[in-house]
Amino acid sequence: MAAETRVPIRQGGDIITARQAGRAVAAQLGFSSADQTLIATAISEMARNILMYARCGEIILRPEQEHRPGITIIAADEGPGIPDIQRALQNGYSTSGSLGLGLPGTKRIMDEFSIVSEVGKGTIVTMKKWKY
Amino acid sequence: MRVPILKQGPYLIASIQDALTDEDLAQLQQELVARVGQYRTRGVIIDVAALDVMDSFASRTLRDLAHAIKLRGARTVIVGIQPDVAFSMVRLGLSLVGADTALDLEDGLALLEQHV
Repeated sequence: MAAETRVPIRQGGDIITARQAGRAVAAQLGFSSADQTLIATAISEMARNILMYARCGEIILRPEQEHRPGITIIAADEGPGIPDIQRALQNGYSTSGSLGLGLPGTKRIMDEFSIVSEVGKGTIVTMKKWKY
Repeated sequence: MRVPILKQGPYLIASIQDALTDEDLAQLQQELVARVGQYRTRGVIIDVAALDVMDSFASRTLRDLAHAIKLRGARTVIVGIQPDVAFSMVRLGLSLVGADTALDLEDGLALLEQHV
């Protein structure tokens, strides 16, 4: 399996490309189909955030096999950054007119989730899902 | 239009064939709401069996669509949500309030027959 897969996010179709790539990596790692769907959905949410707030960025898919099998997904952009991460993680909070469920929902469905963001520099979301 | 919309009796059936971009979904929304008037439709079925992911944007679009169609005087039934998709929607806290749901096209049509 490739050490990592990078999917550039620049337009709407790239969201689909990224989530399909994520599902394929998760399937190769032996994740259940329910988990594959959760992983694909999480990627879809993060890729859309990149497009909506930063216009472009990338999704990096990294299989974890050494200690504990799983997948690491990184959503990175050089957009405007998130001024208040705590608020961004609250259900129903949105600055774009969306439902504000994407970020908090995604955090809920992944096993590990962290955001590093600097205003004016960009945002890096790192999330992991373990196989068991 | 990426999603074929068929007219069957007093109903419209939109059957999604493949993963849709946000733009495709937004287009489907506009298209269906317009056609409800054009065909004087009483009920709309949207078959999402081909969707392997329903994220917050897709569910909001379907929700808004169902709401707009209701305001136009017709009823919307979403059919074919896959088991894994249903589970992930629950985990994400997504719902389709305002739209009815049914297992498949057959049940969706039966539901419209009962209520329309």
